[in-house]
Amino acid sequence: MNRPTWSYFAAPQRFYALCGTLVPWCFAIAVALTVYGLYIGLGVAPTDFQQGESYRIIFIHVPTAWTAMVLYVAMAFWAAVGLIFNARVAAMLAQAIAPTGALMAFLALWTGALWGKPTWGTWWVWDARLTSTLILLFLYIGYMSLRAAIEDERRADRASAVLAIVGVVNVPIIYFSVKWWNTLHQGASVSLTKSPTMAAIMLQGMLVMALALWAYCFAVVFARARLVILERERGAAWTREHLPQPHAAGLSP
Amino acid sequence: MNLYWANWSDFWAMGGYGLYVWGSFGVSALVIALELWSLRQRRNALQSHLEASS
Repeated sequence: MNRPTWSYFAAPQRFYALCGTLVPWCFAIAVALTVYGLYIGLGVAPTDFQQGESYRIIFIHVPTAWTAMVLYVAMAFWAAVGLIFNARVAAMLAQAIAPTGALMAFLALWTGALWGKPTWGTWWVWDARLTSTLILLFLYIGYMSLRAAIEDERRADRASAVLAIVGVVNVPIIYFSVKWWNTLHQGASVSLTKSPTMAAIMLQGMLVMALALWAYCFAVVFARARLVILERERGAAWTREHLPQPHAAGLSP
Repeated sequence: MNLYWANWSDFWAMGGYGLYVWGSFGVSALVIALELWSLRQRRNALQSHLEASS
C-alpha cells in the first residue's frame, strides 16, 4: 500500500474505518484530560480576588466558546471542500460537525448567562459578543434545518454548504467584537499576540479543559460521521459487511 | 499541588456561587450525556432499520 494521502480517505469506507480507529482513543484522552482539568479548575486553583468562586465558570465557559467557533470554521471548511471538489465524505464530515457545534454554542451562552448574573447582575445583554454568539447558534440551527428540509442528500450538501460558507463571516466578528465595540463582555485574557493576563494555574486548568473538550469533539464528531456514512451509503456494497447479519438463513429474501 | 478546599461543604457551596458554578458544570455534563445517548439511539435505529430491510 502506498503512503496514504488526503485523497486516500476520500473514499467513504476508508474514512469510516479511520474514524472507527480514532473514536476510542479520542474518548480516552477526553476522559483523562477532563478528570485532570476539573481537578485543577475546581480543586486546586485558588479563588479570584475580584469575582470570588464564580470565576470557576471560566473552566467550562471559555473552552465551549472557543470550540463553538472553531467547529464552525471546521464545518464551513469541509462544506466548502465538499462543494468545490464534489467530495461526499467532506460534506458528510461537515454534516457530522454541526450538532456538536450547536451544543457548544448553546453551552457557551448558558454558562455565560450563569456567569453574567453574579458578575454583571444580568443573565443577558444585547452586547456585541453575546449577540454574535447567539447568531452563531442560529447559524448552526439554520444549517441543520436546511439540510433536513432537502430530501436529496447531494442537493442538501450543496445548499447547506453555501449557508455555512456565508455564515463564517460571523466568526471573526465574535472574536473581535470585544475590540470593535464597547462591550460589557471582557476582552480576551488569552490571545496569540500577548502573554495571558491570568494566574498560571488558572491558565493551565483552562487549557487542559479546552484540550479535553477538543478530544471529546473529535470523538463525538467521528462517531457521528460513521453513522452519517452508514445512513447515506447503505445501498453500497461495502456497507453490507458492517451490517448485522440476518439471524437465520432463509428468512431474508 | 494542594487542594484549595478545607472541606466538602465549602466545595459544594462555592463561596455562595454554588448555583451558578454547578449550574454551569451540571448542564454541560447533562448536554454531553444527552449527545452521547442520542448517538446511541441513532445507531440502534439504523441497526434495526437495516435488519428489517436486509
